[in-house]
Amino acid sequence: MTATQPVAGPGTEASDQPGVAGPTTSGRKPGGDVRETLYFALRNPKVLIGAVVVLGFLLLGLIGPAFLRYAPMDYAGPPMAPPSADFPFGTTTFGQDVFAQFVAGLRSTFLVGLLGGGVAAVIGMTIGFVAGYRGGLIDELLNMLTNVVLVIPGFVVLIIINAYLGVRSVPMQALYIGVFSWPWVARAVRSQTLSLRSRDFIDLARLSGVGVGTILRREVAPNMYSYLFMTFVLLFGGSILTAASLDFIGLGPTNAMSLGLMMNQAVQWSALHLGLWWWFIPPGLGITLIVGSLYIMNVGLDEVFNPKLREM
Amino acid sequence: MRGYLARKTLVYGLTFVVAVTLNWLIPRLMPGDPVQRMVARAAVQHPETIASMTQYYERMFGLDLPIWQQYLNYWGSLFRGDLGTSVWLFPAPVSQVVLDAVPYTLGIMIPAILLSWVVGNSVGAMAARSRWLDNVALPVGYLVTAMPYMWLAILLAWGFGVALGWFPVAGGYDFGLVPQWSWSFAWDLLQHWVLPFLSLFLVALGGWAIGMRNLIIYELESDYANYLAALGAPKRLIRQYAFRNAMLPQITGLALQLGTILGGALVTEIVFAYPGLGKLVLSAIQNQDFFLLQGTLLFVVIGVLLANFIIDIVYVLVDPRTRTGLTGATA
Repeated sequence: MTATQPVAGPGTEASDQPGVAGPTTSGRKPGGDVRETLYFALRNPKVLIGAVVVLGFLLLGLIGPAFLRYAPMDYAGPPMAPPSADFPFGTTTFGQDVFAQFVAGLRSTFLVGLLGGGVAAVIGMTIGFVAGYRGGLIDELLNMLTNVVLVIPGFVVLIIINAYLGVRSVPMQALYIGVFSWPWVARAVRSQTLSLRSRDFIDLARLSGVGVGTILRREVAPNMYSYLFMTFVLLFGGSILTAASLDFIGLGPTNAMSLGLMMNQAVQWSALHLGLWWWFIPPGLGITLIVGSLYIMNVGLDEVFNPKLREM
Repeated sequence: MRGYLARKTLVYGLTFVVAVTLNWLIPRLMPGDPVQRMVARAAVQHPETIASMTQYYERMFGLDLPIWQQYLNYWGSLFRGDLGTSVWLFPAPVSQVVLDAVPYTLGIMIPAILLSWVVGNSVGAMAARSRWLDNVALPVGYLVTAMPYMWLAILLAWGFGVALGWFPVAGGYDFGLVPQWSWSFAWDLLQHWVLPFLSLFLVALGGWAIGMRNLIIYELESDYANYLAALGAPKRLIRQYAFRNAMLPQITGLALQLGTILGGALVTEIVFAYPGLGKLVLSAIQNQDFFLLQGTLLFVVIGVLLANFIIDIVYVLVDPRTRTGLTGATA
């Protein structure tokens, strides 16, 4: 997806994950910002709908397995049974419970999104901050590295890595996905850091003699928290899609169920020709809804963080 | 302009070296003895076969040589166009197998990329600042971009292929036909092409439309647009200027998206058993044919680099600033 650059509204805070119920960081002095952001977030239909869908699926993945009678790979019932009260999503050609697979797959999906997106965010932001703040030779080198990784088709390298090294656990898969999806983040963060570097308050911080790391953490990053959070949301969705493609090719985890793997098996065992739509529709629909909601939530967040975009 | 192209060439050259090096390095990072593993994976029982396979792989990898020599040899054979021999389609050379599959992949990718880009940009430009269209196009666009490529392909194959029976769902042409230059074969080829093309086209469409919409809105808020409006210029004219300016990031976006679209093409082909590179990747993985896998993927990398370079040249033609050495695109 083409990542358009939302303008980071200064003064917004990172802890305001909209829609997340529960205590936000209390005791923070300038709590007005958080409260204001939350106020607009909770009144933004895009953020609300997106968050509800994503959290709904997350909840299903987290607590769903506790209520299941069958494990994902158990031969639980009659083969090729359409959805019924016993098997809400029907069964596979082997009589496996599709719903049990779906719920287990959701877990892998969220894990891949969280880890893959997290790794990519950390690498991209670190490189972006350092390149943008330090400038000079370091910037040139990091920029070159970013451009090289940007042009390499990451998916292709992931195929080679997975095929040879047999990376077959969800966390490892997520790690490798993260390692190849950071470049656009680094670029965007670098250009924003570049524009912040020459501001007065940064000069002041430098004069006071604190280290580069502290300046980046305390002075530069807080001005971009909203942007960084939205970046992470995009990376989260991207990792999920990449993982689904890898799983579908047959390079998915061998010790876990995933939504991509479900589609792989459905196609492999000709669910299309047998008309077993309940087998291949749920996994793809689940991914589409999760990732689509994330994207729509991001548009809403953009409006929350950037008052210019708010509909009056 | 020369500086711009030189910089780009340097990046692509470097990327190529890195990609080839990764391609060479990763198999050597395999835990244990790669040759033994390959032989074990092939699951043959005959001692003689195992011995000959071991020898074959050892020669292929050149494992008896010092490591720098192995690396140089790899480059040497690469420039001679020698990508090894396919184990799965023995004794066909990998380069031949790949070249046979390339037209199919390009045949769905190039029209899908270009058409989705053109159509997506015009839809996005229309949707910007038009409330009704925006409310429809935006959510639909986001949902379509969020679809995994293979899922849309599966849905199309099931709906239009299996359920309605309008299009064939597997292969590049009817299995009963022999490839030849005739109208009936061309027609058959076209019928098999429709669904893979359509699914690739649709997924890519949403992203371009959304990108264009956001860019146009951004452009319409800029000073020059406000100035034109203040002068009383017609809305059409202002939008035209906005569109032309918004094109530039979209061209850069095209270059950035190539890798993703390519991954999409690979999995789409697998759904439709379309005889392109994606099918080769799958067969190579399933048959543990690593030379074929590496050869195919190397080809893909070269293709992406070439396409990136072409887009850069287009960018120079479209954006006058890069020609005069002003800011323009950052490398």
